[in-house]
Amino acid sequence: MSAGVAGLAALTIEQVQKGLTGREFSAVELAQSALEFAQAENPKTNAYLHFSPERALAAAEGVDRKLAAGEEAGPLAGVPLAVKDVIVTKGLKTTCGSRLLERYIPPYDATAVIRLEQAGAVIIGKTNCDEFAMGSSNENSAFGPVRNPAALDRVPGGSSGGSAAAVAQGTAVVALGSDTGGSVRQPASFCGVVGVTPTYGRVSRYGLVAFASSLDHIGPFGRTVRDAALVLQTMAGRDECDSTSAFAPVPNYVAELNGNVRGMRIGVPREYFEGLTSESGDLIRKGISVLRKLGCEIREISLPTTKYAVACYYIICTAEASSNLARYDGVRYTNRAEAETLSDMYRRTRGAGFGAECKRRIMLGTYVLSHGYYDAYYLKAQRVRALIAQDFRNAFHQVDAIVTPVSPFPAFKLGEKLDDPLEMYLSDIYTITGDLAGIPCMSVPCGRTAAGLPVGMQILTRHFDETGMFRLADAFEKAGGFTGSN
Amino acid sequence: MKITEQEVRYVADLANLKLTDAEIARLSKDLDEILTHIDTLNELDTSNVQPMAQVLYEAEETATLREDQEREPLGNQAALANAPLAGGGYYKVPKVIER
Repeated sequence: MSAGVAGLAALTIEQVQKGLTGREFSAVELAQSALEFAQAENPKTNAYLHFSPERALAAAEGVDRKLAAGEEAGPLAGVPLAVKDVIVTKGLKTTCGSRLLERYIPPYDATAVIRLEQAGAVIIGKTNCDEFAMGSSNENSAFGPVRNPAALDRVPGGSSGGSAAAVAQGTAVVALGSDTGGSVRQPASFCGVVGVTPTYGRVSRYGLVAFASSLDHIGPFGRTVRDAALVLQTMAGRDECDSTSAFAPVPNYVAELNGNVRGMRIGVPREYFEGLTSESGDLIRKGISVLRKLGCEIREISLPTTKYAVACYYIICTAEASSNLARYDGVRYTNRAEAETLSDMYRRTRGAGFGAECKRRIMLGTYVLSHGYYDAYYLKAQRVRALIAQDFRNAFHQVDAIVTPVSPFPAFKLGEKLDDPLEMYLSDIYTITGDLAGIPCMSVPCGRTAAGLPVGMQILTRHFDETGMFRLADAFEKAGGFTGSN
Repeated sequence: MKITEQEVRYVADLANLKLTDAEIARLSKDLDEILTHIDTLNELDTSNVQPMAQVLYEAEETATLREDQEREPLGNQAALANAPLAGGGYYKVPKVIER
């Protein structure tokens, strides 16, 4: 049943539900075929770092038992899920793509993981990523880069490249990633899937290994807007284990996918299109014309502080990272370099354990927080961040959603940008603004270049208006014929 | 030059990172470029802007407080399971104080 194997894992959540209730396949059969297919495909893409067959089969058996007994098995019953390896899973290795944690086995589950498993999801494995989620190409993983399923000589984007690739190649129905400056949306764009960064605080970060706490989000990947929305509404909501999680009630996003976007005011910020001459730009402009045909009102707007976002972001995220990563000192987390003195043990452990990008960010973050520089860098960046957030608030007085590119270009070749960190940072320009403002944003497939490379369109809305964002993305997906673009 | 090699060595010391000479040289160049780009922020007058210390928080200040509840702790064994070196219920590290 080799065709059937790939077929099973390429289903949508709705199709999984139909197959299970119609007894076309059991949850165990689905989990087994997803695992087999994912393991067979993995040498091509390196999307997964490790698989979790025991946990998957136990979860799937539980779903089958409930279905056989006529009990409610949950909105994600039997759905094969891949989880980025920066999200902790009890008893299941969580490496963060780092040598430092190559043997780390967490003693607890992340809240998002608990909620999805309670809803019936079946975790089949942990996905590759840039080390501690720092990177835009997935080339900073200590366990080798991920390759883009759409073009194996190209990067999948980062840092959640493994999760995006897993969903794109059909080895998982949905996946979890984390987004600090674009790490869900940019790989979603590069791989041709849907990727969502919810409002800051919408999803608990309990169990998400911290990178930059004022910017970190957990977000879902799916092959359709509906699937990603369903995963988000299942894991979202207040969690007393994360004091930054929001109290706001979680709407039923899926029930609101009614296609009604006529009259919706869409802002197109001119700063995001200046100098954008690539095919990506052409595809986004075509995407905007699709929105116009759907009855949306397109307005040019301005977000004047956009050009300062990269500088602002790389101060704040590195400052916070240098603090968060201080805990990897050889005392608590598996790997230690031998040394005579305690301080030498710290230095050697960290020097040998962190990869080049983590070191670069720890160094920059330590520098900007060091004595005498705090006001000039971190405080300045926080003030600029307030201006960037204010730009969006002003814009949302005039429009209901903002549409932009996700990345200035489609997936690039492995190694192409590795030697120029500043250029790599600058390519995050379109995605980091949403994280800085804390607003919901997502990438939805918007066609492919002549060479067949996927391009994603970004949609941003007001705080907690995931409902409007999903409704627009869903209508666009259907009108553009981009559903299941792989 | 925004940053000298000597400063890079000083910062590596603050960050508890043992770096090779090649890494120091590379980082000096990278940090210099990035800090030069970061200087563009000085074009913006932010003297009347409140720093954004809080991303988004829509509840009352005490909303995250709750009644104290007794709960099963993680347990010593689970807490130490990932320790590179443990003994007697503690993490063990190289000797800090000479007798």
